[in-house]
Amino acid sequence: MNLTQGLYSSTIGKKILMAVTGIILFGFVVGHMLGNLQLYLGAEQLNAYADKLQSLGPLLWVIRAGLAFCVGVHVVAAVQLWLRNRASRPVRYRLFRPPEVDYAARTMMWSGPIILLFILYHLGHLTVGCLHHDFIRGDVYHNVVTTFRIWWVAGFYMLANLLLAVHLYHGLWSLFQTFGWDHPLFGRARRWIAIGFAVLIGAGNVSLPLAVLAGVVR
Amino acid sequence: MKLTLHVWRQKDARDPGGFKTYQLEDVTTHMSFLEMLDVLNQDLITAGEDPVAFDHDCREGVCGACGFVINGVAHGDQKGSTVCQLHMRHFADGDEVTIEPWRAKAFPVLRDLVVDRSAFDRILTAGGFISVRTGSAPEANSIPIPSEAAEHAMDFAECIGCGACVASCPNSAAMLFVGAKIAHLGLLPQGQPERERRALAMVEAMEREAFGSCTNYRACEAVCPKEISISGIARMNKDFRRALLSGSNRASGKRR
Repeated sequence: MNLTQGLYSSTIGKKILMAVTGIILFGFVVGHMLGNLQLYLGAEQLNAYADKLQSLGPLLWVIRAGLAFCVGVHVVAAVQLWLRNRASRPVRYRLFRPPEVDYAARTMMWSGPIILLFILYHLGHLTVGCLHHDFIRGDVYHNVVTTFRIWWVAGFYMLANLLLAVHLYHGLWSLFQTFGWDHPLFGRARRWIAIGFAVLIGAGNVSLPLAVLAGVVR
Repeated sequence: MKLTLHVWRQKDARDPGGFKTYQLEDVTTHMSFLEMLDVLNQDLITAGEDPVAFDHDCREGVCGACGFVINGVAHGDQKGSTVCQLHMRHFADGDEVTIEPWRAKAFPVLRDLVVDRSAFDRILTAGGFISVRTGSAPEANSIPIPSEAAEHAMDFAECIGCGACVASCPNSAAMLFVGAKIAHLGLLPQGQPERERRALAMVEAMEREAFGSCTNYRACEAVCPKEISISGIARMNKDFRRALLSGSNRASGKRR
């Protein structure tokens, strides 16, 4: 078994692929949120930041391609594992009460696809602009504020970001296990680290549509 | 007390099987769960019916032979216990009890509550051993082992291979079993020479069976009669990753 075989043909290898791509996507989510929080600093600051990103030119497309590749690997591995897991118990229990199974773990296969759909909508909505009612290229502040005044758009963003936080909580905790990062000294702290990051990211992202909806950001 | 039992009955591996309901009138609180089934079987034999087949051996919680799912939980609701150590005092008069075999593609039902767990044996044969000089016993102090390492290894060596981890995993994964074996041997100096090869071989053997993958539900840890920690799974993952990256298996000529 060489490295590629080991990563592709074993469930543990697939989990390693999911964990590595998960970390990269997690890093993107953190950076994306920090960038977006500049909404609170006003139109000039946010639009200048967006200009700076656009000025990366070809590098921006390399980053985008890399992220899309990570999403692809993450999704393909998840679907393959899911299919294998579904096939592992052909005769179901009449009564099945597995203890300890938490909500985030059980809903990964739901939160994942919903987040993927949200990302596609979000790209069309605030990157390309084709799903936006009044899109002005380059005026990010305007695009964000005008759309979040619509309650159902803001609501969908908040719902998707809450799901993202739940997904990241279980994903982050899981990757500690997948990489074997466990130690009597910090084994218990891993769950709190995951909860901490999930709460910060969830709060930061949800606050944006909420602030516009509440009229704090105009 | 009186109990209503819903027991999975299946003649052989090809029979689709189904639930049968039995009434028991005189269950005493002192009986173990298996003794309660013994009483049921005596009644069935007297009535000329086939007794319910179930695995059992030591009946003191150390052999790993017994095990089935009681009201949706592997080995029943009592934590850190096998079925044979579960007593009827935990049940109340008039209770309905559903009894099912371990359900997993990798553990086909042979008859009633008896499943074929030879998948575990195949994983063990693949790497659950150390190379030792056989013959006369070595001098006891020739290999120093820190007492923490010995204790830690013992925590994993407690695994009795009952299969409750697979039975209670929503994915029917065998990670806790394989993790316990790999962690047990990997923590001891005697287990070091084959450490990477063992991780590769045992994980490969596990993947050949129809077990699912780990999604960190932790249901295995919760039902394990020996309360083995999922830190064994983390150790297995780490050994497997290191073995993949080091390529040591290729140096050994075991290219597959």
